[in-house]
Amino acid sequence: MRLRTLSFSPLALVLCLGTAGNAFAGDDLPRHQLPSSPDGNLVVGLCDGETSVEVPGVKPGDPMTRDQAQRVADQLMGEWRRKHPGAEWTMAENAAPAEAVAQNDDEAAPAAPTPAAPQAQVQTYGAFTERDQAIWQASTEDLVAEGKRIFHDPNALGSTDAVSCDMCHPDAANTHPETYPKFQVQLGRVAMLRDMINWCIENPVRGKPFADDDHRLKALEAYIIAQRKGAALDYGKH
Amino acid sequence: MSSRYKSVETRHYEEREAFFRNLGRLGSLSRRGFFKVAGISAGIAAAKGLITPQSFQLIDVAHAQGLGGQGFTFAYISDTHMYVKSLNDRFVRSALKAVDDVNALDPQPDFVLFGGDLAQTGKAAELDQGAEILKTLKAPVKMMVGEHDWFLDMGEHWRSLFGEPQYSFDHKGVHFVTLLSINEPDFWTARHMTAEERMSTVEGLDNPVQGRFEVGVAGRAWLQQDLAKVDPHTPVVVFSHSPLYKYYRNWNFWTEDAEQVQAILAKFDNVTVIHGHTHQLLTNRIGNINFFGMMSTAWPWPYAPEGLPRLTVQMNRADPFNAFDACGDGRFDVLANGMVDQLQNLWNRNPVTIRASYLVSNGQKDQPAATTLPSY
Repeated sequence: MRLRTLSFSPLALVLCLGTAGNAFAGDDLPRHQLPSSPDGNLVVGLCDGETSVEVPGVKPGDPMTRDQAQRVADQLMGEWRRKHPGAEWTMAENAAPAEAVAQNDDEAAPAAPTPAAPQAQVQTYGAFTERDQAIWQASTEDLVAEGKRIFHDPNALGSTDAVSCDMCHPDAANTHPETYPKFQVQLGRVAMLRDMINWCIENPVRGKPFADDDHRLKALEAYIIAQRKGAALDYGKH
Repeated sequence: MSSRYKSVETRHYEEREAFFRNLGRLGSLSRRGFFKVAGISAGIAAAKGLITPQSFQLIDVAHAQGLGGQGFTFAYISDTHMYVKSLNDRFVRSALKAVDDVNALDPQPDFVLFGGDLAQTGKAAELDQGAEILKTLKAPVKMMVGEHDWFLDMGEHWRSLFGEPQYSFDHKGVHFVTLLSINEPDFWTARHMTAEERMSTVEGLDNPVQGRFEVGVAGRAWLQQDLAKVDPHTPVVVFSHSPLYKYYRNWNFWTEDAEQVQAILAKFDNVTVIHGHTHQLLTNRIGNINFFGMMSTAWPWPYAPEGLPRLTVQMNRADPFNAFDACGDGRFDVLANGMVDQLQNLWNRNPVTIRASYLVSNGQKDQPAATTLPSY
């Protein structure tokens, strides 16, 4: 919930040195217990797990204007800067080379004759941790799982004849996403995987094709591609 | 217009006409003439990619006759997976097409094996509708049950329509056994599933929650007892919905106690197992047993990513744009020696014959036509 409330502002996201996905909700990670507002107003927490701010006149679940959201983000950022007067955004950059140097020392210890390896380049973008990667992976798997659900559910596909994808494609077999784009003879044109997904939705499934930006189409693609992990890309293959 | 130059269409219609003219004369033909007609029909099928029920019949009637005329024939229809017509008429139309194919066989087969999965979701209305369609078959029907018929009410309605799912009979010197091979260990009680949830779990081929198929202790005991009185030289043909061997566990192309069942069948000279469920051309031989998979009328399954028996000649990959492609029905010719040849009547494609001699010779003789469009 806390993260949902934060996600309204891009700036608030920048504030986060780490984020936590729903996948971690049940873990014993520290949780930010937000103080409740006596007036029932929305309380937004900062991802430092300590700082929070009440938003007057906005109840939980109500939308905020961009200006309101910006004010909340500014307030939280200001509060964080006040608590950490000497803190700089270069912290991650400073920390990373230290680790890299330590690693080089370890490697050099067994008397490697090669010259010392150059120091790794460092930038804020690349300074992610294993925890970050676990979270990103979990988010990706969420999309794949959603695709799997839709793939197996005639209602989610909008089927009018109770047919779902898995009836012909167990475990997404015989979908060969790695062979697209290719000239699809039966269509008389070059097709992408999504063209074939939509063809199936219109024909055997007897539903309405998904728009290109439809979340369900993206989820289906994610599931189908995930099932072929490791298959060599071979576009145009027949 | 010179008759020296004929269009493709003209030649096609001439050949077709000659074919049907010969068909009418079949009854009075000598054996040699019979083969000639069969050759012509095979030639038409091969050269034109044309499949008519007549062409596929003739090729193999000739074959059966060539072996002394002692054998007999039964047809098959399998895995129709029908929803009620008002919800989805496609699978109903496919089933009707198969019934028409079988009813057009001349001479008629001795009986028709229905390979299981008559219904898609096991509902009484689906099974009733299926029973009504199968009633229009001219030949007697031997029923087999599939998991889609079973797991909504654990076979209650199916039994009320078709009787016991496990039975045996003797026909022209062959002992036939129909097994209930789609039992699954109880996965539903502990999960507090409703009957509908149990059914929809089993409906999903790739749903790992369900158990693996098995004949089970009671089924094996029944089989043992049934076969105790049968002479080991008697040809035995077993019908089971699941393949009675282990092909691909994740999709239940699998029978958990397959080895035990095979052991019960080991004493016979000559055993044929005919199964549904896998919706593809599938052949195997283990010990003394020849295995034949049946096609579905509803949709083809892809070949599994591993475990495909070496003797299987895959069917060409299905055209997704053609609802009937890679589906079909077929025939089994029981030869004078008790072995069984299978004729796969693929809709929209050339028929494929898989002879017992191909399996017995370990793939050396009578190889079926090879795949030109293998699976991805």
